[in-house]
Amino acid sequence: MIVRIMGEGQYRLSEETIERVNSLDNAAVAAVEANDEDAFHTAFEELLDMIRKDGEHLGDEEIESSDVIVPPADTSFEEAAAEFTGDGLIPD
Amino acid sequence: MAGMSGRMSTVIKAKVSKLLDRAEDPGETLDYSYQKQLESLQQVKKGIADVVTAKKRLGMQASKLEQSVLKLDTQARQALAAGNEELARTALERKQFAQTELQSLDQQVAELQSQQDKLIESEKRLRTKIEAFRTKKEVIKAQYSAAEAQVRISEAATGVGEEMADVGLAMQRAVDKTENMKARASAVEELEAAGTFEDLTQLGEGQDDIDRQLAQLGAGGMVDDDLAKMKAELGMGPSAPEPTQLEAGAPGEPGEPGTAKP
Repeated sequence: MIVRIMGEGQYRLSEETIERVNSLDNAAVAAVEANDEDAFHTAFEELLDMIRKDGEHLGDEEIESSDVIVPPADTSFEEAAAEFTGDGLIPD
Repeated sequence: MAGMSGRMSTVIKAKVSKLLDRAEDPGETLDYSYQKQLESLQQVKKGIADVVTAKKRLGMQASKLEQSVLKLDTQARQALAAGNEELARTALERKQFAQTELQSLDQQVAELQSQQDKLIESEKRLRTKIEAFRTKKEVIKAQYSAAEAQVRISEAATGVGEEMADVGLAMQRAVDKTENMKARASAVEELEAAGTFEDLTQLGEGQDDIDRQLAQLGAGGMVDDDLAKMKAELGMGPSAPEPTQLEAGAPGEPGEPGTAKP
């Protein structure tokens, strides 16, 4: 699976890592809904570290479409709140 | 909270896909997609130039404010030496305000610098990818039948499109931040134009709206501290007697020797 961290590049991840990434993704969104800024940053940073550490970085010259795209590392809590809750820019 | 939340990655992926859909024109030729990639690269370069311009503007404003801080400090000192504590206090209030603005400007300049660095990195990534696409396109054309080549090249174009969408969103964020800062910069410029940081000895009663607002903005404690420090420096001491006669609006000759009490 190919994962893109926006503004940072792409990584190749194993299925098993993707599952862990997904659960952290859910935790980050749950934290946003609970209005818990600290929990959001904890989950989000752990998620990014996992992708960077367990993933294999794709060279800039490799052309692949991503299966998963995560927001940029400097996403603020406010931006996340606007984006990732049901009231966000892209409603479900 | 109303509505179901998606995962972050789902929402982002949807957003990027939407951008890609918008960018894709079924009728476009393969060479045209390379052309569009180059255009997108130009846009990123323009975006970087915009951020640099905004940063310069804020930087110029910051150096103006720095001068105002120095000027107001001098004026406060002169006013105090001339025994006009009222005027000194006004000058210090304005100095405090200018200093707060200055700090915020410095932060904004730093933020724009980081946006600029990121965009430059993104531009580099996109450029490498576009170059790789150009090579790959030629290789595919040489190796496959026209129909097969069409499919493979358009897959590659989608991969580059994702990179373009990524850079595009990064630019949008940079532009939004720059716009916010421009609005703020204009607000400070208005205050400057209104003479907020001008020569206070030129003011009459000086109790205009700006003064009232500045007084309300307070930083009162800090102004008191500044005033006390200044008095000590001028040898007036913290327990110096209050000047008995405050000539409102007529501060005398600021800085004239002999007016300060030893």
